[in-house]
Amino acid sequence: MPSTARPLSPHLQVYRRQIQMVTSIVHRATGIILVFGGLLVAAALLALASGADAWACVTSLAGSWFGLLVLFGWTWALAYHWLNGIRHLLQDVGWGYSIAQFVRNGWISVIGSLILTAIVWVAVYSCGGIA
Amino acid sequence: MNNIDPLRAPLKNARGLGSAKDGTRHFIIQRITAVALLVLAVYFVALLVSLAGADYASARAAVARPFNAILLIAFLIAMFWHGQLGMQVVIEDYVHAPGLAITCQLIVRFVCFLAALASVFAVLRLALGA
Repeated sequence: MPSTARPLSPHLQVYRRQIQMVTSIVHRATGIILVFGGLLVAAALLALASGADAWACVTSLAGSWFGLLVLFGWTWALAYHWLNGIRHLLQDVGWGYSIAQFVRNGWISVIGSLILTAIVWVAVYSCGGIA
Repeated sequence: MNNIDPLRAPLKNARGLGSAKDGTRHFIIQRITAVALLVLAVYFVALLVSLAGADYASARAAVARPFNAILLIAFLIAMFWHGQLGMQVVIEDYVHAPGLAITCQLIVRFVCFLAALASVFAVLRLALGA
């Protein structure tokens, strides 16, 4: 083993930024965000089970500007992880590996997640908005 | 390999020398929970949207309905399991100090397991009318 510490791949400094690396990093980042979102889901369910006062606390938090920001971010993170997850599952069965397909599918994840987020929030506000 | 011991089968020499991890089990469960969540996450978001603007009593009643309670519990278990597996890989990849890595792995497992238990308990409590 050579004693010099050689850089290990992947080292982000040497690559030009491209959609492939962005989609991969964002998949992990949204995954981490969604774990924290899951903890909020658990907290909200516990509040719903424990009483009207606790639930009023949840809805007033969810309706505040910060709550809306969190919910909006959570929706996008879920939409992205969901769409890009489909892409990963398709890659697991060997589909979509040509560079052209890879780049196109990456953009589908990014733009599709924004469209899905918009659809969900249009549905939320046409159903009566956040309580 | 010098398997000169006449009393031991070659398997004895191989055991414990292979992969230190658990082979493909992690990968496979991550995919199984992913496929489950493709459906269950859409269901969960649809449930939330349908409850937008709902008051306390109707939110409780919706979660208490057996159809919703069962699918919610399935969603919660799949989500926290999938989340734990994903966080495990992130920690394995980026946290290199052994003590810190083990601490992080324990925290992720305990938090995901407790959150899954607590949220399933909450749904059961609503569904079974306590």
